[in-house]
Amino acid sequence: MSPHVEIQLIAVLVAAACALPGTFLVLRRTAMVSDAISHTMLFGIVISYFVVRDLASPWLMVGATLTGVLTVWLVELLTRTRRVHEDAAIGLVFPLLFSLAVIMISRFAGNVHLDNDAVLLGEIGFAPFDRLTLLGIELPRAMWVLGGILSANLLFIGVCYKELQLSTFDAGLAAALGFSPALLHYGLMTLVSLTAVGAFDAVGAILVIALMIGPPAAAYLLTDRLSHMIGLGVAIGSLSALAGYWLARLLDTTIAGAMATMVGVSFALVFVLAPQRGVIALLRRRARQRWIVAQQMLAAHLLQHEGTPAAADESRLSTLGEHLRWSPEFIGAVVHRAEEAGMLQREGDTLRLTERGRALAAAAMTR
Amino acid sequence: MDALRDVFGDYTLRSIALGAAALGVVSGILGCFAVLRRQALLGDAMSHAALPGVVLAFMLTGSRAPLVLVCGAALAGWLGALAVLAIVRLSRIKEDSAFGLVLSVFFAIGMLLLSMLQRSGVGGQAGLDKYLFGQAAALVTADVLTIVALGAVTLLLVALFWKEFRVLSFDPAYAASLGYPVRALDILLTSLIVMAIVIGLQLVGVVLMSAMLVAPAVAARQWTNRLGAMALLAGGFGALAGVIGAVISATGRGLATGPVIVVSISVLVLASLTFAPERGMLAGWLRQRGNRRRHATDDGAHP
Repeated sequence: MSPHVEIQLIAVLVAAACALPGTFLVLRRTAMVSDAISHTMLFGIVISYFVVRDLASPWLMVGATLTGVLTVWLVELLTRTRRVHEDAAIGLVFPLLFSLAVIMISRFAGNVHLDNDAVLLGEIGFAPFDRLTLLGIELPRAMWVLGGILSANLLFIGVCYKELQLSTFDAGLAAALGFSPALLHYGLMTLVSLTAVGAFDAVGAILVIALMIGPPAAAYLLTDRLSHMIGLGVAIGSLSALAGYWLARLLDTTIAGAMATMVGVSFALVFVLAPQRGVIALLRRRARQRWIVAQQMLAAHLLQHEGTPAAADESRLSTLGEHLRWSPEFIGAVVHRAEEAGMLQREGDTLRLTERGRALAAAAMTR
Repeated sequence: MDALRDVFGDYTLRSIALGAAALGVVSGILGCFAVLRRQALLGDAMSHAALPGVVLAFMLTGSRAPLVLVCGAALAGWLGALAVLAIVRLSRIKEDSAFGLVLSVFFAIGMLLLSMLQRSGVGGQAGLDKYLFGQAAALVTADVLTIVALGAVTLLLVALFWKEFRVLSFDPAYAASLGYPVRALDILLTSLIVMAIVIGLQLVGVVLMSAMLVAPAVAARQWTNRLGAMALLAGGFGALAGVIGAVISATGRGLATGPVIVVSISVLVLASLTFAPERGMLAGWLRQRGNRRRHATDDGAHP
């Protein structure tokens, strides 16, 4: 495989691995946990490094993953004191751990290649140079790592699908049925942490957040089914990752940055264009609703005065504006639409309800 | 005593300490509103979102003057805040996802631009990446003056709209019923928080700025139930942490100012959570123990 193909494969693996747990973060409204974990990882890496004194050791990954879980636990500990809200607790914990990590690096590990910038950025372009042979197959190390993490994510979500679904949408019911919400929560958080640690080598800490939250959030605007949301999230993430790779080659810039930028572009497109929940669809629905309400009001007004002495006065097109406090243009448009819908007939200046219009007005008034 | 005089006689240190104190006051006071409105992570999102603004401002003007970069940062941070508001208002996506998305995508765009800039070999961009972690040590008098001036304007506006912001923070529905322009006030308050962040970028960088908004306010909240007192205390805590951080990082070898400030303010938070007279955990524990004893003796007296 050429390095270019390998980089693209790794990009797709990262995107898919991130979208899986990300779906549940978005649905459980704990998306910012990914932000906290991706920052505090550094603390775990530094501590593990001081223990094993080897930057290539797999123990660094274990330490970083555990720190992610520790972060979640600390946030919960602070929240449980009932003196700090969850968002503030996140905002307290991760800068502290991150600061401690930066201080330890500059104080005790100045001559080691533990670079703050590298942690925040990552460079997927270098991934093909670091190779690992397993089972007689030689592939980039990142591919093995991310493939393993993707499999672990698939396995966990596959095995606990029903439990996750239930506890995400109805935590109370899940607890009442005897599933342990805490166990599932920490299982999920361990997965988030592991995924963030595995992915940050390739795309850097901040961009992990984009890949975890962006594609599932976009998918959330396209479907109501959990299974579809997971699939769409993986698809949107993978496509954004590939698009980002080519954008980076075009502009000669960082691949990771371009991947996350494309996640933003994908989300923006879905946000505006989604068939039912997009901004355009929303604005059109609102406009349609406005006309429907206006027509109902007009019909109700006519019905109210039908057969009363004031009927002649109240149903004249030229005086309706005053009674309903509408502008003449608006009245013209409403009457036109109501006429087309077969709700009323115009006889010169006077408006008369049809049978259909009468029924609709009565229905609107009794509702 | 001589060492102390050396520290405070040092011109560079005085600049850094003054800048850090100004940042602490401004972000402490504005952070109160952010924390009370449960938008503690707004600062985090907007400080990351400011990065592309800094880089673009440099790309367009070719200047590294603090005021130019600050304008760029403010514009981008403000756009990020508006993007969060738009996503939350126009879709079913919740605030946390909107924060995370805006934060990471804006930051990514900033990195993309920065990397293009570095590879194109344009001179003079060195140091832009200092905005990631802050560059307190490189602060000069002009920077400090910019910080103090911006901070003063921000605080003046907070004082002018104090009553409105207070109602908005505790009961937005009531504010609307009083006839306040809630949306405009919301945007104004958010803009002021953006200003606080922009001030902090130079000192502590995008990653740690959120702590400067959240931590002083949380610490102050434990000591009082009144917003005015809380804001004053938060400003004081922020300034104290700023000065402590500046002094420690100047005396310690190779310690970055930003992280030290964050650790100092975190210690203040921990102390407040533990020892505050009424809300503190120690007080709560003592109260609980007292109650238990009283119940125990009551039970003994009336079986």
